[in-house]
Amino acid sequence: MPAEFPVERSETAFTDYKLPLSPAQAAVEAGRCLFCHDAPCVTACPTHIDIPQFIRKIANGNDRGAAKTIFESNILGMSCARVCPVEVLCVGACVYNDLDEPPIQIGKLQRHATDRAFDEGWRFFKAGAPTGRRVALVGGGPASLAAAHELRRLGHACTIFERRDFLGGLNTTGIAPHKLKADRSVTEAAWVLEIGGVELRTGAEIGRDVSLADLERDFDAVFVGIGLGADSRAKVPGEDLPGVLGAVDWIERMKLGDAGLAGVRRAVVVGAGNTAMDAARELLALGVPQVTTLYRGTEDAMGGYAHEWRAARVAGVRAEWRAVTTAFEGAGRLERLRCVRVDEARTPVAGSQFTLEADLALLAIGQSRLGAVLAGLKGITVESGIVRVDAHGFTGRPGWYAGGDCANGGKEVVNAAAEGMAAARAIDRALAAGGGIGRKEVPRG
Amino acid sequence: MADLSTQTGGIRSPNPFWLASAPPANSGAQIQRAFDAGWGGAVWKTLGTPIQNVSSRFGGHAIGNARGAGFNNIELITDRPLEVNFREIAETKKRWPHNPIIASLMVETREEWREIIKRSIDAGADGLELNFGCPHGMCERGMGSAVGQEPAVNERITSWACEFSTVPVLVKLTPNVSDIVPHGMAAKRGGAHGVSLINTIKSIIAVDIDRFVPEPRVGSLSTNGGYCGAAVKPIALHMVAALAREPGFGLPISGIGGVRNWRDAVEFMLLGSSTVQVCTEVMLRGYRVVEDMRDGLEEYMHSKGFTRVQDMVGKAVPAFSEWGDLDMNYETVARINADTCIGCQLCIAACHDGAHQCIHPQEGTRVPRIDESECVGCNLCQIVCPSPGCITMDRVDNGHPPATWNDHVNHGATLRPKKGSH
Repeated sequence: MPAEFPVERSETAFTDYKLPLSPAQAAVEAGRCLFCHDAPCVTACPTHIDIPQFIRKIANGNDRGAAKTIFESNILGMSCARVCPVEVLCVGACVYNDLDEPPIQIGKLQRHATDRAFDEGWRFFKAGAPTGRRVALVGGGPASLAAAHELRRLGHACTIFERRDFLGGLNTTGIAPHKLKADRSVTEAAWVLEIGGVELRTGAEIGRDVSLADLERDFDAVFVGIGLGADSRAKVPGEDLPGVLGAVDWIERMKLGDAGLAGVRRAVVVGAGNTAMDAARELLALGVPQVTTLYRGTEDAMGGYAHEWRAARVAGVRAEWRAVTTAFEGAGRLERLRCVRVDEARTPVAGSQFTLEADLALLAIGQSRLGAVLAGLKGITVESGIVRVDAHGFTGRPGWYAGGDCANGGKEVVNAAAEGMAAARAIDRALAAGGGIGRKEVPRG
Repeated sequence: MADLSTQTGGIRSPNPFWLASAPPANSGAQIQRAFDAGWGGAVWKTLGTPIQNVSSRFGGHAIGNARGAGFNNIELITDRPLEVNFREIAETKKRWPHNPIIASLMVETREEWREIIKRSIDAGADGLELNFGCPHGMCERGMGSAVGQEPAVNERITSWACEFSTVPVLVKLTPNVSDIVPHGMAAKRGGAHGVSLINTIKSIIAVDIDRFVPEPRVGSLSTNGGYCGAAVKPIALHMVAALAREPGFGLPISGIGGVRNWRDAVEFMLLGSSTVQVCTEVMLRGYRVVEDMRDGLEEYMHSKGFTRVQDMVGKAVPAFSEWGDLDMNYETVARINADTCIGCQLCIAACHDGAHQCIHPQEGTRVPRIDESECVGCNLCQIVCPSPGCITMDRVDNGHPPATWNDHVNHGATLRPKKGSH
């Protein structure tokens, strides 16, 4: 699968922002861990990896055991080690923060163990004894991969339907390349599926190439992990001009091919979420001299993580706070954004109009939601495009489960992995108890 | 400022820090560099009939990130010709007349002892240290710890040395005995002017789990070596204190065993050592470790109002008692300062699994709760707590007058009710 991407892609210019630990560094860092009881880092991790235990294994020279502990809880532990916002999860919860000592670098230690597992070709899991039950997974991103792996451990046959011709979802197409590159995500997906027994149907989009009725007919249960859709539009004049792109769309181009930045001297990223932060940093790193973010709210209210904005600012990203664009203008392609300041009620402030010269504008103001594709199924509730599920990913329609961005509205890869795993276990319990598609759903708790 | 000069058994030294008889004190050039760095004295690498050593010779015991927390060696006494050693002793004494050089000696016969002692003193040695401690290689030849483990042999050879010597004689004792006291007393009966202890402990430092051979490995074999370094300090402190408090012993002590810094040295001094000897820390980090040893000792003495080393020597010996004389009615409980607690809950794990199950999680906070009615005051929680000062062991007034076990057994004294024995 990695061979499908060009070897030279814009993202390959990036080096790791967080450097891996050498074995010696890992040993020292692991040796610092206090081995807390009921550790806050474990609570903070959506997949509840037994962090003190895996770190102790690294400290004691048992990297293989450490990797096994990680993958037991999160089969996507390799990418999560690089992608997770550890600053607000495990590392943020480390008790050393309260001792005014540097917190344990849990993400880097997890990377140490999981990279080693990939490098050495370690395998830890086997498929369970066949149950004769079949589960469809719609979407080939992190949620479905985690679910499929767990379902295979439990012995259920799996089929993944993926509209693209590669796996990994946003892990492949959307992660900042200073954290994870596309080929590494595809490699991970292949590694996960080495457990065997997962049929792949790529180029198969739900509602187009495979119908809901097909799924109900052919499977005992369905897990929906279709993520989010296209970038939201700004709905202001001129956004169809060449030079105005969705940020998720541009990031995908940059990761899988050429970022198309020839001649771009000034770029504006509209939005202040983590996608906007990533895009702004990537533009600067790829040589765009001037990159400005434009956000309708204040710095305090921005959606992106403080540590991501700090890094962007240090890299040289400028920001216009409490401002919106009113028009994209240019002769045949983007030349400038007309902007205006807004007050707390987001009402334009009279006389505050200003112009940002730009060759490229990226819209990072959200993505469309795809839940509507399930709206026809009785028992499934879709609200504002989000599929409603309970704590086990159950949708309310027997046999139908969902997880990841399509059900949580857009969170981290680690949330998708946790939700996929939880849904897989719920599916297993339901099937074992006689539930599933076309049957009465049974308690899942 | 405090005066660091001291003496052990009449061997005067500008400060209490001596190089122990070991690789860092192998040659004149080394010892002169050590004196340059600030060491007070040096016990020369043991002199005797030169031997031949093996490769490899040392093994390290790492604890977590601390390499060499424990250390062992299978090196023997000097492998250099005696005349070279004596010439270098003379040269070093010439350059450093005020820093004592103590000749460590290990030979077999009375005549050999007479000969080597004369040559040592002629070369300028300020004192002698009889190596009755080496637990490997030499003991199989009837020397080293083979002598130190037999009080009668120890006494006899000590008496020879004292007969032949015109300078003070220290006897270096082996810890590879069940009770150090008879061995110290033997040295005293033999006429020694002081003792130095401990020598190294018989040990296997580690096993190579891939080759199935203990370490240090010499080809496909290994042998037991002498254990030393920071990890042996508690054993050394006990043996030093056992002699220091022994009525009728009374000889000066040069303390050895795991001294890494001034703090360790202070502990040895408070338990009766008037000088300390250091080897492993120098082997791991070099002579310049002495700077903070001297500096820290001086600061400590100043802070406590000690003007001379002798003011502090033995100051903790009276407090080293027998278990039966401890006050059983003295009661403490652990208390947690919620402001400095970081919520690691190591105390919960330790108390639940390793102590008396009296520290519990609480709803709504990471700060644990201590059930004082069950707390036995064992200290374990305080030991594991990573936040300085967070857990304190507070005295509880239980209304019971002091009573020891001996009081209880001999005079029926009332003991407070037991806690934590559910």
